[in-house]
Amino acid sequence: MLKSLNIDPGKCTGCLQCEMACSLENEGVFNTAKSRIKVFTFHEEGRFVPYTCTQCDEAWCMHACPVDAIVLNPVTGSKDVKNDLCVGCKVCTIACPFGTVNYNADSGKVVKCDLCGGDPQCASACPTNAITYVDANATGLDKMRQWAGKTDNAASTGA
Amino acid sequence: MAWTRQVLRVNLSEGSCIPEPLNMDWANQYLGQRGLATRYLVEEIDPQCDALGPDNKLIMATGPLTGTMASTGGRYSVITKSPLTGTVACSNSGGFFGAELKNAGWDMIIFEGKAAEPMYLHIENDSAKLVPASDLWGKSCWETDEMLHARHQDPQMRVAVVGRSAEQGCLYSAVINDLHRAAGRSGVGTVMASKNLKAVTVRGTLGVGNIQDPARFMSAVNAGKKVLAENPVTGEGLPALGTQVLMNVINEVGAMPTRNMRESQFEGASKISGEAMLEPRESDGKANLTRNGGCFACTIACGRISTIDREHFSVKEKPQYWGNSGGLEYEAAWALGSDTGVDDLDALTYANFLCNEDGMDPISFGATVAAAMELFEEGVITTQHTDGVELKFGNAQALCWAAEQVATGTGFGADLHLGSRRLCEKYGRPELSMTVKGQEFPAYDPRGIQGMGLTYATSNRGACHLRSYTVSSEILGVPEKTDPLQTEGKAGLVKAFQDATAAVDSAGLCVFTTFAWTLDDIAPQIDAACDGDWSPERLVEVGERIWQLERDFNMKAGITGADDTLPQRLLKDAAKSGPAKGKVCELGDMLPEYYQLRGWTADGQLTAETRSKFGLPS
Repeated sequence: MLKSLNIDPGKCTGCLQCEMACSLENEGVFNTAKSRIKVFTFHEEGRFVPYTCTQCDEAWCMHACPVDAIVLNPVTGSKDVKNDLCVGCKVCTIACPFGTVNYNADSGKVVKCDLCGGDPQCASACPTNAITYVDANATGLDKMRQWAGKTDNAASTGA
Repeated sequence: MAWTRQVLRVNLSEGSCIPEPLNMDWANQYLGQRGLATRYLVEEIDPQCDALGPDNKLIMATGPLTGTMASTGGRYSVITKSPLTGTVACSNSGGFFGAELKNAGWDMIIFEGKAAEPMYLHIENDSAKLVPASDLWGKSCWETDEMLHARHQDPQMRVAVVGRSAEQGCLYSAVINDLHRAAGRSGVGTVMASKNLKAVTVRGTLGVGNIQDPARFMSAVNAGKKVLAENPVTGEGLPALGTQVLMNVINEVGAMPTRNMRESQFEGASKISGEAMLEPRESDGKANLTRNGGCFACTIACGRISTIDREHFSVKEKPQYWGNSGGLEYEAAWALGSDTGVDDLDALTYANFLCNEDGMDPISFGATVAAAMELFEEGVITTQHTDGVELKFGNAQALCWAAEQVATGTGFGADLHLGSRRLCEKYGRPELSMTVKGQEFPAYDPRGIQGMGLTYATSNRGACHLRSYTVSSEILGVPEKTDPLQTEGKAGLVKAFQDATAAVDSAGLCVFTTFAWTLDDIAPQIDAACDGDWSPERLVEVGERIWQLERDFNMKAGITGADDTLPQRLLKDAAKSGPAKGKVCELGDMLPEYYQLRGWTADGQLTAETRSKFGLPS
């Protein structure tokens, strides 16, 4: 079963546990500046929104890379950056419509979410289930369930 | 490890920013943050110095767990000598600023001297420089934050700032970070402004990587997160209702200080409670509370994010206040509401916004307004002082007016800047000030919760609930239930809470974790992060050493055992209603035993033996 990250901003409290888990897994330090998932705060609106790579099937970054340094992981479906091939040209950062591939000046390579090889640490760390790792074919299931509950009129008709 | 081992020393008189190594001998004795910074302060300033003069210093300090994934590990404190109390001041704040400072590679910043003109400190990792801030002076915290973000074009930069109240000398001004988190109490913002230091901006991208044993640390962190998630207070009550979960609870037990503590139950409590913040309002169908928000690394997320009703008189013509911002916490709701007799939730939210916007401690502000209201009702303050405003208990317009006046220091705001004690002294009625050592009370009437009376009387920063929150035990039954109306055993309870809290603060964690965590949950996290062995027993010892050090500073500053007392109202006037009806605070039953447990003399002095036991500096 292919799984994907499912993000529900309504549950996010902006605590950045996901960003720290990501940087610890991938960089070996607690460093939100190096996280591949980002939580954006919209202060006036009172919203926190986590955002990261959605692992497009026809990934713009993968197709744009001139040296084939971004490759499909057949197990997880993630598009992974091969550091030994990446030349740091940043074409993928231009190609990605969502901005989720970014250049790391320290390494001279680009970085993006690789689903931690199938055990995404952001989802494990999230205290409110705003980030979950679920069946890719059913990411809408929770929302469907909520709406299903609202559309159930059995109670009123039975009265 | 876990410390960055780097201290930034900023001399504002000379304009210098110089790094120096952290004193690791002291770190081993005092851990970090509150304890370690107090050790530096004790070493470097004369306890009798003028708190608002250039000889006072101001320290922003993180703890060893600040910036890590330990739940709530984002905290920093501002440590200085208080202009409000003359004691040591240590005000703790969440948000994101502290973690950013640690990520920039600094355990603490020590500010000394005074700048000739307004400046702000700009930090980008190891680069630190003072920048002229004349254009920011006279601006609110919110305006300053916006201007600095626009100037540096970096949305990730974190800002700590003082508002106009601090510039104007209000004695209870806070340092505000991340727009609505506050190092709130004791006037630490006033000290910062007295040094012509308007703001500190930080961008840190170095990360916190020097964890002693990362695998063991993450295991302890995850165990801790699980305990918090499964606890009814930290896992359910605080996320759902914030600290405002307490409003109805404390009112019911008859410990809700009301109308300048004349009474101990507020008839309007339910209207300003956490539950009331969830109720849809008539005008737009929205609730006061938009959602809860977490500070850095916090898995509790008790923070309130709120809006004011656009139709409310306070903001009807002011669209700049229509958006979301930091909402009412219990202490603010109590001080702005119950203590002033105002039960208008939107008025309280507006006053709270202003406290954040211009950096006033809402506890001291609300309690000072409450004292002014009693002076007004006694006829001592009149409409001649207040530009015609009827400063009566329950007057929501008067509360909002007072907040506006104090924010900018105009009109009667200058009198309210004095705080409750100096205000009541100025008008010849010192007995009406509900303060200890000059600091206003928080939201628990010690007639109904006896242990809190001893807490207030002996707190090293004047009346304060965050030094030994025995409400946990006396009301909530954590870690075990004690009778709030009894004094027996309270001396030991207060001491134990004081010592443990000092250790928790000094680690860089939030004291709210201790609704669920004991030191047995905390010690493994510190032990895995830091070098050396950090057992629960060692943390208790460190906590007590910190307590003794703070007390020692205060005694050298001129505080005496006679200052370990409460206003006569609480010692002589019995509570009028509720479970504590007929009770006064029996401080005298608890204080001698407490002194004895602390190893102090009968008049509250440290003995040579106690000083030697904890290795206090001479």
